[in-house]
Amino acid sequence: MALLEVQGVDTYYGRVQALHQLSLTIDQGEIVTLIGSNGAGKTTTLRTISGLTRPARGHVRLRGKEISGLPPDRIVMLGIGHAPEGRRIFHRMTVRDNLFLGAYSRNDGPAIRTDQDRVFELFPRLKERRNQIGGTLSGGEQQMLAIGRAMMSRPKLLLLDEPSLGLAPILVDTIFEVIRDINKQGTTILLIEQNAAKALKVANRGYVLETGRIVKEGTARALLDSPDVQRAYLGI
Amino acid sequence: MSRPLLRGDTAMRWAMGTFKDRNRTIYTLLIIGALLFPSFADVTTGGAGNHLVSTAADAGIYVLLAIGLNVVVGFAGLLDLGYAAFFAIGAYSYGLLASGQLSGSPLHAEFHFPFWVLLLVAMFVAASFGAILGAPTLRLRGDYLAIVTLGFGEIVPRIFRFLGAGSPLGNWTGGVNGIAAIDSPKLPAFITGPWFGTPIKVVAPFDFGDSNWAPMDFYVLILILVAICVVLVTNLHNSRIGRAWMAVREDEVAAAASGINTVAIKLLAFAIGASFAGFAGCFYGAKLSYVSSENFEFVVSVSILIMVVLGGMGNIPGVILGALTIFFVQFFVLTNLPDYAVAASNAVGLGFLNQSTGGWVGLHDEVQRLNYIVFGLILVVVMLLRPQGLFPSRIREQELEKGTTEEAVFDVREATD
Repeated sequence: MALLEVQGVDTYYGRVQALHQLSLTIDQGEIVTLIGSNGAGKTTTLRTISGLTRPARGHVRLRGKEISGLPPDRIVMLGIGHAPEGRRIFHRMTVRDNLFLGAYSRNDGPAIRTDQDRVFELFPRLKERRNQIGGTLSGGEQQMLAIGRAMMSRPKLLLLDEPSLGLAPILVDTIFEVIRDINKQGTTILLIEQNAAKALKVANRGYVLETGRIVKEGTARALLDSPDVQRAYLGI
Repeated sequence: MSRPLLRGDTAMRWAMGTFKDRNRTIYTLLIIGALLFPSFADVTTGGAGNHLVSTAADAGIYVLLAIGLNVVVGFAGLLDLGYAAFFAIGAYSYGLLASGQLSGSPLHAEFHFPFWVLLLVAMFVAASFGAILGAPTLRLRGDYLAIVTLGFGEIVPRIFRFLGAGSPLGNWTGGVNGIAAIDSPKLPAFITGPWFGTPIKVVAPFDFGDSNWAPMDFYVLILILVAICVVLVTNLHNSRIGRAWMAVREDEVAAAASGINTVAIKLLAFAIGASFAGFAGCFYGAKLSYVSSENFEFVVSVSILIMVVLGGMGNIPGVILGALTIFFVQFFVLTNLPDYAVAASNAVGLGFLNQSTGGWVGLHDEVQRLNYIVFGLILVVVMLLRPQGLFPSRIREQELEKGTTEEAVFDVREATD
């Protein structure tokens, strides 16, 4: 059974329809990427999965259990972590408080500490700055913190919204490496990226989104080789 | 714990720590000030300090209210413009259940429950109303929520006024006359019992056992209540819930994405904030022995909000100082300002200003008319000089001091090396 199954989802913002009959599946252990231009509905897809936006129609199932319509905090508890668009870390709190808030849905004290250490292993930079206020971190560090915070809920599925946005090129590579590491340690990942080439290199499979509809899907390899994708998203 | 609870060096270390930690300094000064105040009042007035002590107890009520509103506004970031409504609910809960008022109501029975029980009842009733108001409105965003709470603050005193003599629902609240002759608190029998000897006298004017409470008794009681509330709120602030409030205040979407039930946590802030107002209201009714809907108008809500903002939103000692400062300005400086003005004009030979002539009603009354302009000016000046409040929370301060973008850019370059 697929880990996550999105089936025939319509999502609206007011009267504007953002997603049209969107369907996708993610299997355990995969990295799946959604590519598409601005306004194609990538962020809306993630928000619909994590419960921040409610779909008007359709199903979202986590291991076969319907989760659409549940509030976001319940969905976090069921195992979906979301590092939202624009990082949205808590600017006035320390790095550690940010991480602890990521573990808000849990109450297994010692394990939270272990997970914090794990995040610090992934991002040694955060460990150095653990007592610093979030707002004073650099963009890259804030992104690390956003990912780390989402990891603190021990998600089965991690949703990452544009993790490389606005980062220096070398930092982008670091982030993608960590994404691969997180996946190797057993977390399934759904990744949104503007940087389609990078995303398809790290992913197993991908979906192409245009104006709220999925227009193409396939293995990452196949998408990288597809002339349409190359022309529209890879700039080749 | 095998350690004794208090050792000489513990107290010493605590006192030494005051030089490092500003909040602790404030608490230390507040405690010393509170303990010395009655003697100070007696000395400066030549033994007639009762009135000042009573005023100080009233200030304590505002401290309680400010601490409570700080939970809603400072911690959870929800703008509440109708906080006095919960104060009213607390006061009326006590007034109705500890006086002869309800004998004239359709119930035809009067209640005289003990103050100590009603403290908790008032707290609970106010908290319930906080939750009732919160439930349908908390999906609203900042400004809209403020308007709804404003409406609630207007409605509640009007309902209390309406439910008086001649209302179709019967006379419950005494209407415009309010509720008078409310019971004084009494210590429970097991404390005032024979084995203790009656009455208990701790310091000369402090006499808890007597059924006629002196200002000093109320002063001691409010100090205890404030102390309890400060401890409770400080613990709440440092708890998981306190962190969740902070998260919601900063970024609701991120908070929800982190697994915080934002609706529940905001409701909790509303209910807890309201319960403090209920607490304060109950004490207020007992101290004044009288409750009237006029005492819970919009101005009261605004005053409390000013105390919170001016003191330093989110920081408990700051809010306490804000409450004391505003209370002092409003009920001491401003009320005495006309007299000061008269004295000053006489002293510099402008005594003729005190005569009323034609459109001029005399300096005393003119200054009285300008009271709120002076108050407004004071607020404007303070907020211009210290926009973050008198004593803001440390996080807010750090953010203002260290939140530089240059540093951030530098960090990225460093990482690329």
